[in-house]
Amino acid sequence: MCLGIPGEVIELHPEQSDLAKVNVSGVKRLINIGLLSDDPPKPGEWVLIHVGFALSKIDEAEAAAAMEFLEGIGQAYEDEIAALRGSLIE
Amino acid sequence: MTAGSGWIDEALREHDHGQRPENPDGRPSLPVTDREQQVLDRIDRARRRRPRVREERITMSHGAGGKATQTLIEAVFLDAFRNPLLEPLEDAAELRVPGPRDAPGTVKGTGARLALTTDSYVVSPLFFPGGNIGDLAVNGTVNDLSVSGATPMYLTAGFILEEGFPVADLIRLAASMRDAAAAACVSIVTGDTKVVQRGKADGCYINTAGVGVLAGDVSLGVAAARPGDAIIVSGPVGDHGITIMLARGELDIEADVVSDTAPLNGLVADLLAAVPGVRAMRDATRGGVATILNEIARAADVGVLVVEDDIPVRAEVRGACELLGIDPMYVACEGRMVAVVPGESAAAAVRALRAHPLGADAAVIGQVVADQPGMVRLKTSFGGTRIVDLLVGDPLPRIC
Amino acid sequence: MRFVDEFRDADKAHALAAKIAALCEPGRSYKFMEVCGGHTHTIYKHGLEDYLPEAITLVHGPGCPVCVIPMGRVDDAMHLAARPDVIMTSFGDMMRVPGSNGSFFDAKASGTDIRMVYSPLDSLKIARQNPDRQVVFMAIGFETTAPSTAMTMLRAAAEGISNFSVFCNHVTIVPAIKAILDSPDLRLDGFLGPGHVSTVIGCRPYEFIARDYHKPVVVAGFEPLDILQSIYMLLRQLAEGRSAVENQYSRVVPWNGNVVALKAIGETMELRPYFEWRGLGFISHSALRVREKYAAMDAERLFSVPGVRVADPKACQCGEVLKGVLKPWECKVFGTACTPETPIGTCMVSPEGACAAYYNYGRMNRNRVPEAAPAGQS
Repeated sequence: MCLGIPGEVIELHPEQSDLAKVNVSGVKRLINIGLLSDDPPKPGEWVLIHVGFALSKIDEAEAAAAMEFLEGIGQAYEDEIAALRGSLIE
Repeated sequence: MTAGSGWIDEALREHDHGQRPENPDGRPSLPVTDREQQVLDRIDRARRRRPRVREERITMSHGAGGKATQTLIEAVFLDAFRNPLLEPLEDAAELRVPGPRDAPGTVKGTGARLALTTDSYVVSPLFFPGGNIGDLAVNGTVNDLSVSGATPMYLTAGFILEEGFPVADLIRLAASMRDAAAAACVSIVTGDTKVVQRGKADGCYINTAGVGVLAGDVSLGVAAARPGDAIIVSGPVGDHGITIMLARGELDIEADVVSDTAPLNGLVADLLAAVPGVRAMRDATRGGVATILNEIARAADVGVLVVEDDIPVRAEVRGACELLGIDPMYVACEGRMVAVVPGESAAAAVRALRAHPLGADAAVIGQVVADQPGMVRLKTSFGGTRIVDLLVGDPLPRIC
Repeated sequence: MRFVDEFRDADKAHALAAKIAALCEPGRSYKFMEVCGGHTHTIYKHGLEDYLPEAITLVHGPGCPVCVIPMGRVDDAMHLAARPDVIMTSFGDMMRVPGSNGSFFDAKASGTDIRMVYSPLDSLKIARQNPDRQVVFMAIGFETTAPSTAMTMLRAAAEGISNFSVFCNHVTIVPAIKAILDSPDLRLDGFLGPGHVSTVIGCRPYEFIARDYHKPVVVAGFEPLDILQSIYMLLRQLAEGRSAVENQYSRVVPWNGNVVALKAIGETMELRPYFEWRGLGFISHSALRVREKYAAMDAERLFSVPGVRVADPKACQCGEVLKGVLKPWECKVFGTACTPETPIGTCMVSPEGACAAYYNYGRMNRNRVPEAAPAGQS
């Protein structure tokens, strides 16, 4: 329930393996990625940032699936509206 | 620590008094939306009451430019100094000096119309990307005069210096102020210097006062806003506040943001030439654009409706704000103004602003409306509506 | 901003709203609880209720970790901060919470050394920079934040830092949800599950809600489209007569949670036998404390705190708001004596509090979306 912001990992710290630099809309910050030590993020991957720590990786496939669902609903909605309009014109 | 708790009992009594009698089965007899509206009305009445400072000590909120600052000004200073010239509480006071045919000391004489303003600068750090405290000190006061419709002419400069402050830094500040004054076509004609012991004054505090000339019939003020007016901002918001926050170095955040400090007199002159019917302009500083919108709503007793998508914000400012949990609408600017113009003049106003380098990203962000007077509402990118209240406290990073 | 803006798209919202309205059974009303304060904040900040039909009521839950801290614990924190050898560090959210004698903010104005931090790592940094002072970190938050505190403690131990300690007020979400479920005051139809807590604990812990209480749970993200989609998923379950745990926030929440995070918590902290929650009373095994092994970093062991139980001010109805029994504006002192400027209780002063969200964003007349007639009928 706390503030978590998505950020893109741009580089790993050369010496400290639990630190990485992230980019949030052009703003860069060093964060701790120690909680992801089982599957550390690589540059280009996105993480959820909370109080200076990466809590989770953002699964791009799941995000795309979520968007597809929402777009699908959008399309169905537009089809219905078009059908409604079509039926009124007659 | 708040002084006394009598107002709690008062509020409870009011609540009970306002409750309608319940039905025999114990449920209140009014439908939910009406009960909610009753509560909202009661809150509105409470907010309009005479302001009182409840704290025993000054806190940082009193300097943030939001609710606490406003209450402090009204309850302490306005209360003590009360006079018709102070009451509008605009960015500058409008004066009319005695003319040749008036008795000396006539308050509203027939002589020249002047605008008078003052501001103190306590920014830390003193030097930051985009400028320094000296730039702010000149531009800030020039801007307060400009948005009152006056042509800025003369400034004072008072310095409070901390023992141990490097003279080289002071020379740098003075050079910046000289350059800023030249850019704004004003002269610094008098000043003062004081030194306080090490540990007080954070290096250097500066106060500037400024006087400008008001042309014939120019009379601006937010109380003149009326339904149908358009609200325009001259460029992206939040640059200065975020720059300062990052420059403090406590947050380990890097971003390419610089302060937007700039003199707006040229921009304002262009606007007034293109749109003589401008109702009001305000310098967006502490408390940000949101504070000005609330001042408009309150002073003119009108509603204000703004559209989130139309408010220009740089991507990096937005990113920093999201990271810290702050709303860019409350973040200070130092080179932006908000203008209220008649609706039919909005296009011409934006054109005039955009033709000037400092107004390249000017945009209409909303309008003045008749319903829900005193209240500022925002249509979110998402399409829903929410209110934009006065800032409470200092923007706190929101975490959890 | 990627992964943010696309989940705030108004056109998709309209489409979802129509679907939601269509799924509402005529004549039936629905009460869904959003557990997280973060969800409450999003709902009001984006004006999400404008998209919901009258039939759906969102009930605000106790998922605001600042709000549920009882006054006695705030006083304990103030007591620690007042020690001349202590630098108290805290998230911004705690600064304005009223104790019996004012808040951190007031104490700061009177000269107490209290510093706001964004991360517990910042607090550790202050400890490194001030070896002659004791730096205490006020640790608040649900399971979302506990791993960060734990990792910071582990780092402090690894670096041999001896002047850093934690005043641990971490609480756990499941006992609070159970207390709500067992409360006779509420008849809820489903839950919007806490998205970020779930990145740590996963989705399994909510299975008992669906299995034993037969209420659907959808673990929801924090953008407005996430919440709308989650409401749609709840309605779909109800329409199909199912009750299960579903993960709407699958782009961030792993079904099994974050094992590394859970291990870090387990290494440094343990469950308290019981803990008092504002409004919900004493709940067993609902909060964390520092383990014996890390006693040198436990502020409660290092320093003595009064530990006095303090009742809420008489006028304060935070408890009922936290349980979802009262809407913020139904509290007797809402907006009059209790405002963000002059808060009486925590709900008005925490950025995740329901009262703060309603006061700052929602306090106005609202047009509700009428229930959509199915296409083809007039």
